[in-house]
Amino acid sequence: MNIVPVIVKEFRQLRRDKRILTVLLFIPGLMLFMFGYALNFDVKHTRFAVYDEDRSSMSRSFIEQFTTSEYFDFVEYLTHPSQIDKRLDGEQVRVVLVIPSRFSYDLARNIETKVQVLIDGTNSTAGTIVLGYVNSIVQQYSLKIVMDAFQRSGKTSLTIPIDYRPRLWYNPELKSAKFMVPGLIAFIMMVTAVISTALSVVRERELGTMEQLLVAPLSPAELIIGKTIPYIVLSIIATIIILGVGFALFDVTIKGSILLLSCVTVIYLVAALGMGLFISTIAETQQVAFMIAAVTTLLPTFILSGFVFPIRNMPEIIQVITYLVPARYFLVGLRSIILKGVGIEAFWDQVLYLTIFTVIILSGTIVRMKKALR
Amino acid sequence: MIGHFEHPIVVRSLTKKFGLFVAVDSVSFVVEKGEIFGFLGPNGAGKSTTIRMLCGILEPTDGNAWVGGFDVRREPDEVKKCIGYMSQRFSLYEDLTVEQNLIFFGGIYGLESERLEVRKHWALDIAGLRGQEKVLTGELPSGWKQRLALGCTILHEPPILFLDEPTSGVDPISRRIFWDLIYELSNQGTTVFVTTHYMDEAEHCTRLGLMYGGKLIALGTPTELKQKLSGYTVYEVESTQPLEAMEVLQAEEWVAETSMFGTAFHVSVQNVPRAGLKIRKILEKNGFEIRKVEKTIPSLEDVFIHTVLHQEQNSFHTES
Ligand SMILES: Nc1ncnc2c1ncn2[C@@H]1O[C@H](COP(=O)(O)OP(=O)(O)OP(=O)(O)O)[C@@H](O)[C@H]1O
Ligand SMILES: [Mg+2]
Repeated sequence: MNIVPVIVKEFRQLRRDKRILTVLLFIPGLMLFMFGYALNFDVKHTRFAVYDEDRSSMSRSFIEQFTTSEYFDFVEYLTHPSQIDKRLDGEQVRVVLVIPSRFSYDLARNIETKVQVLIDGTNSTAGTIVLGYVNSIVQQYSLKIVMDAFQRSGKTSLTIPIDYRPRLWYNPELKSAKFMVPGLIAFIMMVTAVISTALSVVRERELGTMEQLLVAPLSPAELIIGKTIPYIVLSIIATIIILGVGFALFDVTIKGSILLLSCVTVIYLVAALGMGLFISTIAETQQVAFMIAAVTTLLPTFILSGFVFPIRNMPEIIQVITYLVPARYFLVGLRSIILKGVGIEAFWDQVLYLTIFTVIILSGTIVRMKKALR
Repeated sequence: MIGHFEHPIVVRSLTKKFGLFVAVDSVSFVVEKGEIFGFLGPNGAGKSTTIRMLCGILEPTDGNAWVGGFDVRREPDEVKKCIGYMSQRFSLYEDLTVEQNLIFFGGIYGLESERLEVRKHWALDIAGLRGQEKVLTGELPSGWKQRLALGCTILHEPPILFLDEPTSGVDPISRRIFWDLIYELSNQGTTVFVTTHYMDEAEHCTRLGLMYGGKLIALGTPTELKQKLSGYTVYEVESTQPLEAMEVLQAEEWVAETSMFGTAFHVSVQNVPRAGLKIRKILEKNGFEIRKVEKTIPSLEDVFIHTVLHQEQNSFHTES
C-alpha cells in the first residue's frame, strides 16, 4: 500500500528525465535500424582471387557465378600457388578459389570434383557468412550442371519437384537483422534494468533523500519494488518497440509461445534488477555506479553473450567467463522462441541456469542491502 | 528502565563505535514532552550519529534508548511511526513540484487522501508556498525549501521531531521564521530535538546538551549553563590584530580564557579586580589599537569553551 506513492513518484521523475526516456525508448529502435541496415552483417563485395589450374570454358563459367554475384568482387587471376597465401595475408583478398586441373575433365565424365575455397577467418562472423554464400553459389552451379546434363540427354521438360536451394536454418536469407532482434532485447533490458535501478538508488543516497525514506514506515522491499516497477514497465515497452520495429523492417515474428517468452523474460529481468541493486550497494556515486554497470553488465551482455560474436569461436578462458553472463542463457531462450518457435523442452537447461543465476544474485543483493540500509 | 514510557526520549549510556573510533561515547539524557531540546557541538562531535541512532536507522554499539516508549534497538519500526526526522542533508526531490513532494511524503507515511489534502494545505501555509504548488522544488530559494522540507517531515503530525542542523545555510530571516515554527510546534505539545552550530539558536532551546568529542560534556537550561561561569567576568574586546592580541592576553596568568567572537574576542577572568583596566594596559603596552573593552553577559559560546577547556567530563545525567 505504501508502495503506490513510491511508484507514482518514480514515474513522475522518470517522465521529467527526458534523457533517460530517450535512451530507453528511442535508442533500441535506432540500434535495430543501424544493425539491420548500416552495420548489416550481410557481407557484400568480398574481394576474391582465383587460382585456376584448369583454365577451361567450364572453369570460367564457374568463376562467372562469383563475379556476377553482388556478394563477391573479382580481383585477379593468380599465376602461382605461392601467391595464395601472400594475397590472403596481405588482405588484398579475403577469399581465394582454387580450381584443380581435373575440374572440367571430371565434370565431363560425371565424376565428382572438388574445388578448394580459402577464406580469411579473422572476422569469424563474416567468415561464416561468406562461407554460406560460397556454398550457396557452388550448389546452385552443381544444380545447373545436373540440369544441363539432363537437357542434353533429351529429356527437355524436366521439372525438379524440390526447390533445391541451400538453406541456413533459422535465418534462411542470412538476414543478420533478424538475428539481432533477440540480442537487442536482451541488451536493452539489461541497460534499462541495471542502469535505472543502480542509478536511481545511488542518486537518492547522493542527494540525502534515502535517509528520509529509511525513517518512513516503508520496508526495504516496498521501497525497492516500488522503485523498480516503473523501470520494468519501461523495459517491457522498449521490448515491444524492438519487436515492432523488427517486424516492420525485417519481418521478425514471434514463432513460439508468447507466454513462454514472457516467463523467460521475467526471470531475466529479475536477474538484471538484482545486478543493478547489487551495484547500488557498492557504488557511492552515480558515476561510479554507471562505470561498474558498464563494465560488469553492459559490455559483457554486448560482447560475451553471443549477441554479436559467437561464443564457440571465443578463446576457452573467455568461454568460461561467458557462463557468468545471464544474457548468454536468455539469448538461447529468446532465439529459440522468437526465431525457431520451439518449446521449453529445447532449451530448459538454459532456463534452469538462468534461474540459478537469478537466485544467487538476488540472495547476494538481499544480504548486501540489509547491511547497506541499516 | 524507569520512566521510559513517560518521557518521549530516554537515552542511557548510548554508544556508537565505527571500528575503533568512538563517535558517541556513553551519552545519557532524558527529554521531556513539549521541550525544545538542543544538541550543541562542533563538527564531528557526534550529534548526527546520536540522532540517527534515536531514529532507528543506525544500530547502537552499546547502551539503550527509548523513543516514544519504544526501544530503538528492538522496535525501530515502531519508533519510525512516532517520529519526524529531517536529516542534516535533507533534500526534497528537486525534479518534482512542491505539491508532488508533499503528496509523496504524505503517501509514504500512509496519509489517506482526505487527511493528506488538509495537511498539504497546512504545509503549504507554513512554508508560505500557497499558490506555488506547481513550481519545481529545485527553483525555490533555500529558505523556502527548508520550510517545505519541515512541512514534509511533519505532514503525519509526529509527536516527536528530530531536526539535524535544520537551518544550516539559510539566511537569518528564514532562520527566524523557521524557529517561530519550531516554537509553535513545541507549544502544541510536539517534542523537538534539534542540533545546531549556531549559539544564538541554542539560546532558543528549553534545554541544551553540549557535545564534544562524542561526549555529552554539559546539560541544562541555557541559564543554568551560563551559571557555570559565575565567578567569572567576561569582557568583550575589539582591537586591531585580534588574534595576536588574544595571544598576548592568554599569556597573562590572571586571564582564564580568550576566544574569538565575531570580529571581537572575549576574555574571561576569575575574581580579578579592575580587569578591564588591566586588559587595556597590556594591549596598549604591546601596541594594539583598542576600540572597545566592555564587560558583557557570558554567552553560551563562553560556556562552551569554558566547559571544553576544563574537560568537565563528570556526567551531567539528569535523573527522571
Ligand atoms: N558511517 C560512519 N563511518 C565511520 N565514521 C563515521 C560514520 N558516520 C560518522 N562518522 C564519524 O563520527 C564522527 C561524528 O560524526 P557526526 O556526523 O555524528 O558529527 P556531527 O556532530 O553531526 O558533526 P557535524 O556538525 O559536522 O554534522 C565524525 O568524526 C564522523 O567522521
Ligand atoms: Mg551532523
